[in-house]
Amino acid sequence: MTTREVAFLRRAKDYVDRAYAQPLDVAALARQAHVSPAHFSRRFKEAYGESPHQYVLTRRVERAQELLRNTDLRVSEICLEVGFQSLGSFSSAFSRVTGMTPTAYRATIAGFAPSIPGCWAAQWTRPATTARMEKRADAAGD
Amino acid sequence: MRIPIIALRVLDQARALTFYTETLGFTLTEDLDLGPMRWLTVSPPDQPDVNVLLERVGPPIVDADTAAQIDELIAKGVGGTLFLEVEDCRRTFDDLVAKGVEVIQEPMERFYGIDAAFRDDSGNHIRVTQRVETGIPWPEGAMQGQS
Repeated sequence: MTTREVAFLRRAKDYVDRAYAQPLDVAALARQAHVSPAHFSRRFKEAYGESPHQYVLTRRVERAQELLRNTDLRVSEICLEVGFQSLGSFSSAFSRVTGMTPTAYRATIAGFAPSIPGCWAAQWTRPATTARMEKRADAAGD
Repeated sequence: MRIPIIALRVLDQARALTFYTETLGFTLTEDLDLGPMRWLTVSPPDQPDVNVLLERVGPPIVDADTAAQIDELIAKGVGGTLFLEVEDCRRTFDDLVAKGVEVIQEPMERFYGIDAAFRDDSGNHIRVTQRVETGIPWPEGAMQGQS
């Protein structure tokens, strides 16, 4: 990929990082990059390991994890706060990324020994990208 | 021991010089034509003895394929990171947005202060932090350093 093309993808990624709670408009992002939506999605995945759709879901789950760890907000409140329209879609995206439900995640985090620094816990509880998850699943299947 | 120079790889030295001096307000400290390389350093306004080498990597230091890979990573946004400390994060942020920088993160209150993030003209990550008490508790067990 040319650096110019990669820079368009980076701007789209940075936009999603800022506006993860907004509905994702792949067509609009593709227009800004002057390419078709299908081409945009394929290139984005090549560069960042996830399709734009999966990428925004992962960012929302990441933000939800932070809120589950550091606030007393209810799961239903966090669901809306990070941009999901329904508890069902939140729960399934969350489970796919982390392997557990939001409620189970909160209970697990509460069990972290207080002597473990927060940043360390955050590192180890960070959502893996789909690409890494697939590798892990492949490895498990061998 | 001290740090006189750190190198930051950029895609285009002329563009980078414009960005660091005109947009960020750094000072040009050295600009030498060394034949195959241009030695180009800038300093932040309040630290004249700390230099950032705006470095262009290519042959003969690395082969053309490696240089292309490095450029792609920089453009992708996973090249270098520069941490800057400012007196007023929101004011600096507004100034830079008015100058048209690419924003990564709007000013946010953190346990260590207020910070924002944006990109230089190459895609390098620049964080702007204001050290201030925000009332947000430090993570349990975190080391706060000497300052």
